[in-house]
Amino acid sequence: MTVQTWTYILVGITFALYIGIAIWSRAGSTKEFYVAGGGVSPLANGMATAADWMSAASFISMAGIIAFAGYDGSVYLMGWTGGYVLLALLLAPYLRKFGKFTVPDFIGDRYYSNTARIAAVICALLVSFTYVAGQMRGVGLVFSRFLEVDINTGVIIGMIIVLFYAVLGGMKGITYTQVAQYCVLIFAFMVPAIFISIQMTGNPIPQLGMGSTLNDGSGMYLLDKLDGLSTELGFNEYTNGSKSMTDVFMITLALMVGTAGLPHVIVRFFTVKRVKDARKSAGWALLLIAILYTTAPAVSVFARTNMINTVSNKEYSSMPDWFKTWEKTKLIAFDDKNGDGKIQYVADPNKNELTVDRDIMVLANPEIANLPAWVIALVAAGALAAALSTAAGLLLVISSSVSHDLIKKVFNPGITEKGELLTARLSAVVAVVIAGYFGINPPGFVAAVVALAFGLAAASFFPAIVLGIFYKKMNKEGAIAGMVIGISLMLFYMLKFKFGIFDGGKAAVTELQKDWWFGISPEGFGSVAMIVNFVVSIIIMQFTPDPPKNVQEIVEDIRIPSGAGEATGH
Amino acid sequence: MSGKQQKATAYWKENVRYLFILLAIWFVVSYGAGILFKDALDAIQIGGFKLGFWFAQQGSIYVFVILIFVYVRLMNKLDKKYGYNE
Repeated sequence: MTVQTWTYILVGITFALYIGIAIWSRAGSTKEFYVAGGGVSPLANGMATAADWMSAASFISMAGIIAFAGYDGSVYLMGWTGGYVLLALLLAPYLRKFGKFTVPDFIGDRYYSNTARIAAVICALLVSFTYVAGQMRGVGLVFSRFLEVDINTGVIIGMIIVLFYAVLGGMKGITYTQVAQYCVLIFAFMVPAIFISIQMTGNPIPQLGMGSTLNDGSGMYLLDKLDGLSTELGFNEYTNGSKSMTDVFMITLALMVGTAGLPHVIVRFFTVKRVKDARKSAGWALLLIAILYTTAPAVSVFARTNMINTVSNKEYSSMPDWFKTWEKTKLIAFDDKNGDGKIQYVADPNKNELTVDRDIMVLANPEIANLPAWVIALVAAGALAAALSTAAGLLLVISSSVSHDLIKKVFNPGITEKGELLTARLSAVVAVVIAGYFGINPPGFVAAVVALAFGLAAASFFPAIVLGIFYKKMNKEGAIAGMVIGISLMLFYMLKFKFGIFDGGKAAVTELQKDWWFGISPEGFGSVAMIVNFVVSIIIMQFTPDPPKNVQEIVEDIRIPSGAGEATGH
Repeated sequence: MSGKQQKATAYWKENVRYLFILLAIWFVVSYGAGILFKDALDAIQIGGFKLGFWFAQQGSIYVFVILIFVYVRLMNKLDKKYGYNE
């Protein structure tokens, strides 16, 4: 059977599974719609959180980025896992004890202020929309490459599937589909990695294969070989980066703190029964995420070595089929500058003849390694699972922010349970349509804005939530000032150094690099904005009145794990 | 302070102490071994891995997972000690 037939079969089976689960677990109340009824087991919640978190970026792009960045790519590995330690230790148990439906709920109640609530809603919407557009694009990419449909048709098919189970099932439907999606995506990621690891090093465990000797009889360590190949072609040594130590430090910190502050991840911890279940499900989530995150750097090493060996200094006419197929999608491009018919793949941009899009490394890897057709199709199904699960989680945050935090809590407190459920479903429909629009017409700055989303979450939510739990005397004046100044500073820095809007547009960005404050890139600046938020909050607090007595009692109460009760919206 | 409040304060103090210890380890394996002292640790090679590089791309993640499960155990014990378990 061909790759395409296999892909139709595997994608068809998984989609039928997701729809079946959605029909079986549809939501009947707002409580089921927002927090799945509050009775999800820690392991199931861990799996759902892992699928929620691992997006098209983790599945498709990350290993590719690391393959080209080498050691510098570590910022994503440490940043996107280390955040879970912060989440488990500093946020999840207390937010679960607090027992409401959403993150803006906590901010609004803890800081006894609708201004704070609305500020939190705006941040949540901004973060979620930028993310979800990227997911839809990932769905379109997979469809167009593997099923050879138009990229827009792919986006629309993805929209319909997500619409079906997010609108019908709410958090309850999403939770159990995410459990299934985790299984699909981890299987799809591991199978090719294990195959290639055996092929290249003889070791079936990719995490160990990465540090083993090559299978070709040379007895050379794989990483030493790759370091050698890289320097030969004029690139940096793979195991040493080119970014400054300060910048690596700051980007890692911003990604960690941003991860802990992402609303679609936090909200998953509202779905378990007790505080101890919230702690435990954070552990399961990270364990399940770590399986992919420790395999990804191994995949990067295999893919990079394989790719250099396949293309470097080889005749263009002798390139295998996968090379030609990806050329059609324009994600691989060859320009024979010196006209010798051979591919020169080198660091020097004037001599380099080959451009490879980083996003194709994971998708093309099984083909590069000559794996059977069903494995290639499996990767397509896995990438779709990763993109759809994250999109659904984000859509739920968007719909609950609108129906619960804005309509119920601010504009129309008298709304009935039925009315709120209907509003939640309608907001989900509108959100899917908007997300689909951005998937079809991606703004050129999607990637840049996703980095901004982490910076924003780090600069706004994280300090406000941590201070709200660990600093009883923190009041609304301090928290609001901190959030506003933190976000504004982050926005200013991004606009100045990432988009160059004060200095003549994107063209000026490279030139502006030397003006970076303390040599910190816009990606890492979230750390600075976060520290500024903390400092501003604490200073303002000294000169403004203490929070009311009942709020201080809430803080004392959330520190005690027992008596969590069920999450409520009232 | 009432007995109930004293108990709550004592519980919170122990909780915060655990957090400091666990987050110190969190910092050392990632920012310490994986970034600040990466070059020094790279002088040590285990199998095909330079140690600093290994911490940055593998080791720190394993330790993160262990840290959360240790935290879960410590807190379950602490909850029992203060009668907050359910």
